[in-house]
Amino acid sequence: MTAQIEIKNVTKRYGSLTVLDNISLSIAANEFMVFLGPSGCGKSTLLRMIAGLEAVDDGEIAINGRRIDNLPPGKRGLAMVFQNYAIYPHMSVAENMAFGLRNISVEQSVIDARIKEAARMLEISHLLERKPNQLSGGQRQRVAIGRAIVKEPEAFLFDEPLSNLDAALRVRTRVELAQLRNRVASTMIFVTHDQIEAMTLADRIVVLNNRKIEQIGGPMEIYSRPVSEFVARFVGSPTMNFLDVDIASEGGFARATFPDGAKLQTNILTTGLPEKRMKLGIRAEAVKCVSEAAAATTEGKVDVLERLGDRTLLYTRLADDSVVVAEDIGLSRARIGDTVHLAFDGTACHLFGSDGKAYHPAEGASAAGREADHV
Amino acid sequence: MSDAQSTRAALARNERKGLKTGTANINAPRWRNALFIAPYMVFFVTLLVLPMLWNIWLSLHRADAFSIGRFIGIGNYDRLLNDAIFLKAVWNTFYFVLLSVPPLALIGLGLALALNRQTRTAAALRTFYFSSSVLSVTIVTLIWRIVFIGQFGLLATIYGWFDATPPAFLSDPDLVMIGIAIATVWWCIGLPMMLYLSALQQIPKEIYEAAALDNAGRWRTLRYITLPSIKRTVILVVIIQIVMQFQLFGQAKLMTNGGPNNESLPIVFYIYQMAFTRWDIGLGAAASEVLFVMILIAAMVQFMVSRKKGDAQ
Repeated sequence: MTAQIEIKNVTKRYGSLTVLDNISLSIAANEFMVFLGPSGCGKSTLLRMIAGLEAVDDGEIAINGRRIDNLPPGKRGLAMVFQNYAIYPHMSVAENMAFGLRNISVEQSVIDARIKEAARMLEISHLLERKPNQLSGGQRQRVAIGRAIVKEPEAFLFDEPLSNLDAALRVRTRVELAQLRNRVASTMIFVTHDQIEAMTLADRIVVLNNRKIEQIGGPMEIYSRPVSEFVARFVGSPTMNFLDVDIASEGGFARATFPDGAKLQTNILTTGLPEKRMKLGIRAEAVKCVSEAAAATTEGKVDVLERLGDRTLLYTRLADDSVVVAEDIGLSRARIGDTVHLAFDGTACHLFGSDGKAYHPAEGASAAGREADHV
Repeated sequence: MSDAQSTRAALARNERKGLKTGTANINAPRWRNALFIAPYMVFFVTLLVLPMLWNIWLSLHRADAFSIGRFIGIGNYDRLLNDAIFLKAVWNTFYFVLLSVPPLALIGLGLALALNRQTRTAAALRTFYFSSSVLSVTIVTLIWRIVFIGQFGLLATIYGWFDATPPAFLSDPDLVMIGIAIATVWWCIGLPMMLYLSALQQIPKEIYEAAALDNAGRWRTLRYITLPSIKRTVILVVIIQIVMQFQLFGQAKLMTNGGPNNESLPIVFYIYQMAFTRWDIGLGAAASEVLFVMILIAAMVQFMVSRKKGDAQ
């Protein structure tokens, strides 16, 4: 059975400090949900409240309609993978995996069968008799996941499980988790501060910041239509470019004037825009380095070059000293100190009010956004 | 050559010199570093190693307070084996270790488990239970004499309320060792408790959280998580306490003076009587060596048994 999890008006306080304020969200059965946010945003606390390791001060949590926030952790039908693995150090791998099953008096033959199957799936069959101190970090991580799998829980909870692995192993484990997800039909909640993990694994992402949910949505929705400046900044690498712009209306759509005087026609409707002076956000891949001045929006001087192989990131400085990261082809001929022509894609930019609220291009809008003026 | 140039040349010369002494000796032992352990070694050798060797030497002589006497080989050891009082003292000592070490190890663990939490009450109680350890043996025995003494003692008073006769912990031959053991456990419980507490605090919190999610109840958590995690400390506590309790002296001297009829006479007390009351130094030295070997064997056996049972953890 797989869990449909309902979190209703949940609040968590430590003394006078509120770490989660009136959180409500619903996780569908079989969904891979990622809690994403900076450290201290309360994402781990929320996960631990679902697990039963932290008390719920207000609100309620239900799994498949059954309220669980007053049950002890073991009675909630969940399994958790901890950041530091939390493997029992004095037990062998097999004993680690069996412990949770023995505690609920599962038959030994069933335990053996489940361990065998999980070990096969995770390729740790040859490690079953080893003690945790004879395992590498990656192997320990597999054991921790195996220990969760054998319990056949209604939902898996992952608390930053990849953060203790080295970069190469992290990428590999990420892929394996995605594969695992297809094999084990179960709800999964995954906490991370790594937006790439969130983007690659999630069905939906919950972006948390400052005690509250900023946005819930699919990875591409979060990426391309962030509801706030915080989400726009937090998701995506390199970080989205932000420029203070003046807004004028051009046929109902906003036309932004950059600090260096350049103008960019967007297809964001001016109706509903609260201010004349706003922040324009645009991702590096929507700022291209072009050869002809006629096609460019403005120009910038290259400060730093990052050659990533398939593409090159140019950290440029506009005439007014504002910094814009632009993208060029992998074999970019730009050099540090060069002045390059930058073409901004007016259909891929966002505007942010002083309260951080985001305004996006109207869906299916047909403004002449591509005809960017160059001054 | 200008001033600046000559200075630079001199600096370079010095540098070269410094470099030379620095690299030439890199793998050679630096004996002056031994000075760091010298203060300790001085006291260790003069106050422990030399007296130990001197004691072995003494035990082979018919020594008294004034002279080392003539060499009699294992004569003193022979006398010990034929001395019923010594054999009684050996038995008494083993009996006392058996009476005191298990309660110290178990009650200490119980207290540590109960007080391993971050509340003010727990902190106060930790201090309270440890506080008896700082008392001198004189005070401890005085307190327990007041508790145990017939007719006026605390125990007698409490039993008196129910018109009962209290157990005579200071005079009943079957109870004196138990009485001394009770006082000793009360006195020594602080150290095991503190050792257990520090071990308990080393156990990562996540392991308990994982166990909670694994449906482990209190007993299973204690049995399968906590105890295996502090196994080394349990062994340590038992070894320390065996070594300490083999050396019982003050409590027996002050509470019962070894009586009645040598029922509470431990080996150290016997050594004291032989060497410093009867001035039969050679015999006392021989008895000390027997005690030394006994402690050594007990500690080694304990250590090896636990090693064999233990794993590669």
